[in-house]
Amino acid sequence: MNVILIAVIVLGGVGLVSALVLYLASQKFAVYEDPRIAQVAEVLPQANCGGCGYPGCSGFAGACVKAADGGSIDGLLCPVGGQAVMEQVAGILGMQASAAAPKVAVVRCTGTCDARPHGVEFDGAHSCRIQNMTGMGETQCLYGCLGEGDCSHACLFGAIKVNPETRIAEVDETKCTGCGACAKACPRGIIELRPVGPKGRRVVVLCNNKDKGALAVKECKHSCIGCGKCVKTCEKFEAITLDANLAHIDPDKCKMCRKCEDACPRGAIHAFNFPPRKPKTVAPVNGLQTTDNGQQAAAPKSEV
Amino acid sequence: MKTFKKGGVHPAECKLSAGSPIREAALPKQAVFSMFQHIGAPAKPVVKKGDMVKVGTLLGEAGGFVSAPVYSSVSGKVTKVDVALDASDTRRMAVYVDVDGDEWEASIDRSTTLERLADHPELDSQTIIDRIKQAGIVGMGGATFPCHVKLCPPPGTKAECVIINAVECEPYLTADHSLMLEHPDEILEGVELIMKAVNVTRGYIGIENNKPDAIRLLTDHAQSHPNIEVVPLKVKYPQGGEKQLIDAVIGREVPAPPAIPIHVGAVVQNVGTAFAIYEAVMKHKPLIDRIITVTGKSVANPSNLKARLGTPFQQLIDECGGLPADTGKIIGGGPMMGKALISLDIPMTKGSSGLLIINQQEARRAEAQPCIRCAKCVTACPMGLEPFLLATLSSQHMWEEAEHNDIVSCIECGSCSFTCPSHRHLLDNIRLGKQTVMGIIRSRQAK
Repeated sequence: MNVILIAVIVLGGVGLVSALVLYLASQKFAVYEDPRIAQVAEVLPQANCGGCGYPGCSGFAGACVKAADGGSIDGLLCPVGGQAVMEQVAGILGMQASAAAPKVAVVRCTGTCDARPHGVEFDGAHSCRIQNMTGMGETQCLYGCLGEGDCSHACLFGAIKVNPETRIAEVDETKCTGCGACAKACPRGIIELRPVGPKGRRVVVLCNNKDKGALAVKECKHSCIGCGKCVKTCEKFEAITLDANLAHIDPDKCKMCRKCEDACPRGAIHAFNFPPRKPKTVAPVNGLQTTDNGQQAAAPKSEV
Repeated sequence: MKTFKKGGVHPAECKLSAGSPIREAALPKQAVFSMFQHIGAPAKPVVKKGDMVKVGTLLGEAGGFVSAPVYSSVSGKVTKVDVALDASDTRRMAVYVDVDGDEWEASIDRSTTLERLADHPELDSQTIIDRIKQAGIVGMGGATFPCHVKLCPPPGTKAECVIINAVECEPYLTADHSLMLEHPDEILEGVELIMKAVNVTRGYIGIENNKPDAIRLLTDHAQSHPNIEVVPLKVKYPQGGEKQLIDAVIGREVPAPPAIPIHVGAVVQNVGTAFAIYEAVMKHKPLIDRIITVTGKSVANPSNLKARLGTPFQQLIDECGGLPADTGKIIGGGPMMGKALISLDIPMTKGSSGLLIINQQEARRAEAQPCIRCAKCVTACPMGLEPFLLATLSSQHMWEEAEHNDIVSCIECGSCSFTCPSHRHLLDNIRLGKQTVMGIIRSRQAK
């Protein structure tokens, strides 16, 4: 009886003392966390993708609260949640969400198997990064899609997949959140984040080839050869620039007239999500065709 | 018999071209000289379209201290200075020369008389190093590290001995072997020159004992060179690795990077380099040709060719009976460390020690299976690393942990992948990790 009593007293005493110590410690070393951080984190998608530039959703929530204390949450954007989530966040923090253009990943390569034959086969580890280390890869193009799918492994939303027929990564626009994980994973920097555009429409140069014209012609049927025809057609808006033999369309200046698409002799410029054109001329509709005309236009540059 | 202590494997030797004499390859119609024939800064082209060049004319000057000049190996007209596909399977700057005749620069001594260092007291260390630097000589074993850099020990280090790498541990390759059989005296003079350049009195030539004829021949000829010792070594891959060779020959272990062989007092040069040094210093001949083994089980006539740099590989294969119908892969270098080529238009460079044609059946890699934790790769690693761990860390992009596990010590010999019973892509992943970690270290140092 006595033994039981002693045991109960000793254990109870230890329990009481420990509880007291823990209570005091929790009071003394309490860390104040702004309750708004938890509230903000609650409305975030919890994908922890890092697309916002912060380590996970709670990191982003902390950054939002800190920015709100600073007076404005402009410049902070959760690419996954987009405008809707940012408005909710702004509501919690008593701020105004600035309008942000949602973005989407664009794979700038159309070097399909027929356009860019796979002359050799890489049988090493299935990784774009590793294949890229070997040099050219399977095709003659040093800039095109390697097709091993590092981007699709990096995507948390299942939005980018390598098409086994073309061996090029393709983006599912309905799933893409524009977090940019694929763009970081691509060793050749082919994937670009572009504004989705009005009604999802946008005009993009789908090539990353920086070689000189004569070489680019040999490497791929759809390569940009840096001929500058698109730049000339766009003189009015100055949306297209030519850098290192590669054209680039500035999405902020592009007026979606699609003249460059028609002008491109290589079919490297693509217009996304436009309604089908009325058939009036023989202009390439999907841009994937290379006309004889295009080959001739490329000829003057071949004297390098 | 001596060998290195840690790890190693023993692939089938397949030295098909052993004992076949060195043949002179025909001159190419067009030669292409890459400006990236060495490790370090690329050479800068000094010729332009339309220039006439002779054999031995400077085409590109060294782009820095760790760099080497490039000379023309043919005479003719420069047709363009443009990018060209090279053995790294990328396009890089090169000089194209259309060959016309075979006219040599007058400064080159084309006689075959043996010049002895003992007869040239005017050659001091600095003169020798200057001539080597000027001749554009790089490590001929395949690493292509500019030779003069190794002969100028960094401050605080002192060379104690010269070790010549005549191991040729790569299966199939016999270029060094044939060179030793045909030019033993020139090689020994080359070794004397290297010893004089770094002011040491001890030289070793390490040869694996699968080349008994070369060991016998060099030992005989070395009798008139009392400072040079021929060391027969037990056959084990990768004995030709610098660190493994030092361990095998003088029993010293080179610490982990950034330590280099000179920190244990050793200067290691390839036997082909020794021969090139002899020609450069004694005959004023820049590095314009080398011995290359063209081999493979289906090749009609596996040979050791003495070919001019810039010759397209296609021509070398044609000289050995043409490309076999069942070709699966064409490897520049040996089967263990060589690199598969994507085109036969690629020209040979200073580092082309071999051209290996593998048939379709042997070329295919088996599918990778899960790791069974047998630790064969750990046993095989000559650097005492844990390849299975490094490969996993790299594939998971855990660069920091990979760095802590000494990934930069990896010499990329491929013993781990060779030995893996699950055919895992160990070296592919480790190489990715090593490059990334080295990039991280460099950017950290730059800060």
